[in-house]
Order: sequence, then C-alpha cells, then structure tokens
Amino acid sequence: MKKIVITALAACLALGATAAYASQAEDIQALRAYFKKKFPKVEFQEFQIGAYALDADKRINYEGIKEFPPYEDFIEDGKALWNMKFKNGNSFATCFGDDVSKVRNRFPHWNARDKQVETLEGNIVKCMEANGEKPFKLKKGKIAHLSAYIASQANGQTINVVVPDDADAQAAYEHGKHHFYAKRGQLNFSCADCHVYNSGMKARGNLLSPVMGHTTHFPVWRGKWARGSKSGDGFGTLHRRYGGCNKQVRAKPFKAQGKEYSDLEFFHASMSNGLEINAPDYRE
Amino acid sequence: MELQVKPLAMAIMVMSAISTFAIPQAVADNHGAMIKKGKEIAEDRKKGNCFTCHQYAGAVLPGNIGPPLVAMKARFPDKAKLRAQIYDATANNPNTSMPPFGKYGALTDEEVDAITEWVYTL
Repeated sequence: MKKIVITALAACLALGATAAYASQAEDIQALRAYFKKKFPKVEFQEFQIGAYALDADKRINYEGIKEFPPYEDFIEDGKALWNMKFKNGNSFATCFGDDVSKVRNRFPHWNARDKQVETLEGNIVKCMEANGEKPFKLKKGKIAHLSAYIASQANGQTINVVVPDDADAQAAYEHGKHHFYAKRGQLNFSCADCHVYNSGMKARGNLLSPVMGHTTHFPVWRGKWARGSKSGDGFGTLHRRYGGCNKQVRAKPFKAQGKEYSDLEFFHASMSNGLEINAPDYRE
Repeated sequence: MELQVKPLAMAIMVMSAISTFAIPQAVADNHGAMIKKGKEIAEDRKKGNCFTCHQYAGAVLPGNIGPPLVAMKARFPDKAKLRAQIYDATANNPNTSMPPFGKYGALTDEEVDAITEWVYTL
C-alpha cells in the first residue's frame, strides 16, 4: 500500500513539474461540465456572448446593437493613444512590443520577479509611470479606450491563462478563487451565487450570465454606463465591473488594480480558457 | 354630589363601550396598515426588493431566483418560521442566495415584522 501511495505521489510530482497547475485544470473542467449540463443547447464558444447565448429575445436585441456598435469612435480614440508618442519619444509599443495584436492575450499573467499578477490595464499604467507620463485613471476613460483597441486587435485568439508551477502564483490563483466563492456584503452574495449557481435565472429583468465567458469581451461597453456618462462613454475595465458587483451586494469595493482584484482576475480569466477573445462587446 | 358622579359614571360607560367595540376595529386597522407598510418595504428596491428574486401576484417584472410567493399560510403554518426565514435564511441553509435581511441589518426588526405580515397574505 505504502509503495502505491509513494508511486502515485511521485507520478503527481512528475506531472506537476511539467503540466500546468492541476487545480486550475480541474476547476476549468468542472465548470465546463457544470455548464454543459445546465445549458446543453449552448455551444462552448457561444459562452463568450454571455446571457445573450441563453435567451433568443435578448440575443436579437444584442445582435441589432452590434450591427452599429455605439463604441467604435472610442476604439479609434484608443488607437490614437496606442500611436501617441510620450514626451520622451517612447510609446506604448516600447513597453508592449510593436505588434499590437500580441498584447491582450498575454494578460493576465504571473510576474515571478515581482511576485504578483499582472493585468493589461495595470501594465498600461506601469508603462506610463516608467516613461514619466501622468498615468490614466484606472476604471474608465482613456485606459478603457486603449485597452479596447488593444483587445480588438486580438479577436479570435484563444484565451489560455497559465498558472505556473510556482507556489506564490498558485496562492494568488487560490486567493482569487476564494474571492469568487466567498459570500460578502450586507446582501451576502458570492460571485458564484449569481454567475454559477443562479446563472440563467432572472434578477428582475436581468438574466444572470455564466462566469465562463465573462472575460472574453473586456473592456466592456455597458448601456447602463453609457446612460450614466455625460459624454455617452459606456466603456469600463474589468476592475470597474468588479467594483460595481461588490457595491451591488453592499460590500466595500476593493481598489482597481490592487492585489484583491488582480488575483480575482487571474482566477476569473482562467475560467474562460479555451474561449476566443471577442472584445470589446456590448452588455446591457 | 350625585350630579357630579353621574356624568363620571356616564363617561366610564361610554369609555367601556368604546373599548368593547372600537378597539378591535383599531387593531384590524393597525393590521391592515402594517400589511400595507410591509408591501411598501417589500417593494422598495433599497429595502426588501423581494420581486428581484420572487414572483407573486401583482409583481412587476419579477425575477425567478427564489420560489414564487404563493400559498404562504399553507407553506408556513407557523408564522414565526416565515419571519425567521426573512430575518436570516442562512440559519436554515448557509448556501442560500437569500440575503439575511434582519441579521445583517438590511431591514429593522419592525420592517421584518411588517414584511412578514404582508407575505402572509400572499
């Protein structure tokens, strides 16, 4: 018996050295199986359009809006930011590389040297700081426009967030996973309450979207945000959305691009592994 | 002396007549007012916001996360159990999606009482 255990352990260790983080692979597999059973008629790739894959009427409205997307001018603004020269002559390409189509899908990732999760928006800010520029605000406006342009150039690429064989990286993933499944706020909701267990159900008229596919289309353009903006700008980053979710359950939001939301993004984006990027996109 | 007692006795008689007939009426009115208040709190999006998750007769654009509110007297013969469920649904099921309205202070005790009375009419 002892021998079998030791052999099994050795096999696990050998696998661990080469394969990706086993818990991440298990989480993804479990979630795919769960949603396949819950929504048997929805093809895997369709999860990138969220709740619109679940409801024919909502999908018709969504496809109508997509014919003339309200956000195209703002993507052009983002393109101008990508091409903008900093005062020192550098540009975002100095930090991210000349090929803009190779940027979005590298994030989020683990930075082993700094021992932290790096996000696209977080690195946009770091790039500006390193070049002596005043950084953009973190949740909306220019940062979302630039992110939207960068993401739009990566459409069709398959998401593959990697949790490396590194105890700190795995701890960050588990921390993000904990945030997702923990109850919080005066209303005592976890992210999973709405976006796993009750996905496909309605909170008033809002159809709750499955977590799988959430991050394929960020930054997102929300009709709600556009209506609340003087300039009609509906764009927001993933961390802006996290803050909104936390507020809705009457929990105190965390700081955009801080450790809490970056670790959450590490887990959250992993749950879209295998899906294609379709950003930016419209949501109610 | 007698003249002074008579109006007093009369007054007592009138008072007792009022308390015999009028007070039950007042109780009924209070109960009706409480049900009305309960419905208002239940439908206030910053308070109970019940129809976000529950359907019930007359609910506008209700959600369907929780079970429909119907036949509540049959489902909760003991009204105290219904109140306990509204106060803190996690006591019965820690994984429930229903917020613990009373326990976490989203509603005051009086507001939970009022909502309980209204839900009991459904």
